[in-house]
Amino acid sequence: MTATDPVAGDRPAETAARLTGSGLRVGYGQRTIIADLDVLIPDGSFTVIVGPNACGKSTLLRALSRLLAPEHGDVLLDGRSVRDFKGKEFARELGLLPQQSIAPEGITVIDLVSRGRFPYQKMFQQWTDDDQRAVARALDVTRLTDLSTRPVEALSGGQRQRVWIAMALAQETPILLLDEPTTYLDLAHQLEVLSLCADLNAQGTTLVAVLHDLNQAARFASHMIAMRSGEILATGSPAEILTEGLVERVFGVRSRVVPDPETGTPMVVPLAVDPVSLGDLPGDTANLRAGEPE
Amino acid sequence: MTAGATSGIGAGAPRPARWPGRIRFLRLGPLSVRIDIVATTVTVLLVIATAAIAVVSLGVSTTSSPNLGFAETLQVLTGQIGGAPADRVAHALPAVLTAVLGGISLALSGAIFQTMTRNPLGSPDIIGFTTGANTGALIAMLVFGFGSGGATIGSLIGCLVTGMAVYLLGMRGGTGNYRFIIVGIGISAMLVSFNGYLIANANQQNAAVAAAWGMGNLRNITMADTIPVWITLAVLIPAMVTFAPRMRMFELGPDSAQSKGVDTERTQLILLVIGVGFAAATTSIAGPIAFVALVAPQLAARLTPSAGIPLVTSAAVGAALLVSSDAIARTLLAPTTQLPVGVVTTALGGAYLLFLLLAQSRKARP
Repeated sequence: MTATDPVAGDRPAETAARLTGSGLRVGYGQRTIIADLDVLIPDGSFTVIVGPNACGKSTLLRALSRLLAPEHGDVLLDGRSVRDFKGKEFARELGLLPQQSIAPEGITVIDLVSRGRFPYQKMFQQWTDDDQRAVARALDVTRLTDLSTRPVEALSGGQRQRVWIAMALAQETPILLLDEPTTYLDLAHQLEVLSLCADLNAQGTTLVAVLHDLNQAARFASHMIAMRSGEILATGSPAEILTEGLVERVFGVRSRVVPDPETGTPMVVPLAVDPVSLGDLPGDTANLRAGEPE
Repeated sequence: MTAGATSGIGAGAPRPARWPGRIRFLRLGPLSVRIDIVATTVTVLLVIATAAIAVVSLGVSTTSSPNLGFAETLQVLTGQIGGAPADRVAHALPAVLTAVLGGISLALSGAIFQTMTRNPLGSPDIIGFTTGANTGALIAMLVFGFGSGGATIGSLIGCLVTGMAVYLLGMRGGTGNYRFIIVGIGISAMLVSFNGYLIANANQQNAAVAAAWGMGNLRNITMADTIPVWITLAVLIPAMVTFAPRMRMFELGPDSAQSKGVDTERTQLILLVIGVGFAAATTSIAGPIAFVALVAPQLAARLTPSAGIPLVTSAAVGAALLVSSDAIARTLLAPTTQLPVGVVTTALGGAYLLFLLLAQSRKARP
């Protein structure tokens, strides 16, 4: 039960990590979202990034997956700058499920999932046995085999999210980043996606996911990164770091943290009276200017 | 709901995955190619239809003399008949051939930009590229006083310059947003008024020539004129084949494309050059023929029907559209006069645009 193991937090200080970032400054044009950040994704972990809206979670994920080039600092995979990888070479190591995905109208489930095989395909090698096997496996794992010839837009929201996950799985990367994979899903489908992630993680895939629900994060994460205003405030196992103090510092919400009656992991219960500490609301990163006091 | 409770990953072979019946994979040793049977059939039928229309078009009369029959025209083409019929076919041949090549290149240009912008309006005739070609030609003809040869070079430069301007101003955030299209429409509108200014300032005779060219016209084209188009297609089609798989990935948006290993910035720039080249190739000799680039890819996507825009089918539709339009343009008012082909494509395109807007507003309604 990797996701809920209470001793998972007792990791040695020097964790093996293929994917690291150091001294990162990332933003969009003039707007700096992350000013100076070091991050490390432990191998084999199910890392969950939590934090308020606009704290830089997605920006960090985009930097790690090299969708955004940092203005300063570097992201390293196996000690090598991710910028030095060839496109397809990198895409065979690290996959990303963006927050919002687009599919052409009328595309079938299997056609869309097969797009995940792009990093393995060549001009005149458009479909190999490996491709067929990887797609069959991705469909099987996400329980989409029977829907393979359906148009994607005919599926329900939960099924559609599974299609996108299947596409990422078909890519067969040892590291997979998921930007809010459960947003817009109902509770049953959220749990379904998360337990699928936990299964993948148990099979050896290093996962990094941005999640909004702290209690789900605490249940499923083996490693947690808490962010606010473009900075990492705490990292470690949920049992180690998810405290009343951290919740207030990160989200500006007063709460009690009690053991989850099902799993024993930390469970955040906001106070009934006056839970929002207005004087200490987390700063919006839109107001963060590197080297310039607000 | 804990890890391992629903484990089944990696346990034995997965259940086999089924493709739709129309998708087949042809294998030869290590090589494998994906074939869509329906799209291929539609394309073959379109090619046959285009060839038939082209033969009819070569034989139609633009004077009071009777048309050549289908069989008769074929006999001329195979060299069995000479004389007056052969002269007539030889006279019509450059226009019909340019219609085939032009239809292909305009349709491919439209297919590229519609795929990159993920928008049916993202087409070189809407986002200003062909208008820019017209501007270049007008400047060459009216300002510098070059003849029609100057128009060819001028329109080529005009198309490329406009393409770069739209790219630089509109590309922020990638082609996959409205900015690119809106910047293109804005630049197109400004160029239209500038073109009007150039024509208004010209003397009457030059203005008439320039205005006729500006409609899109296949008349008075010689075989020698078509050489630049052949060369451009010979270079651009292999480039297109090379970049087509990467372009396909843009259907999923630039983020997904990049995370699957596409070098999106470089690929966007190269596809822009290829797309502008396709548009410029035809425009430089025949003027800005409207709407073929806009309509052909969308028609191809609906005919097949397929997700995304099928490239080869688009090219076939483009050829069929322009060859038919040319035949109509030459014969509709004959023997009194021959219309510029652009008049026919504009009429067809206007009807299509109306249909597109109505279909979209119907879809937008709750």
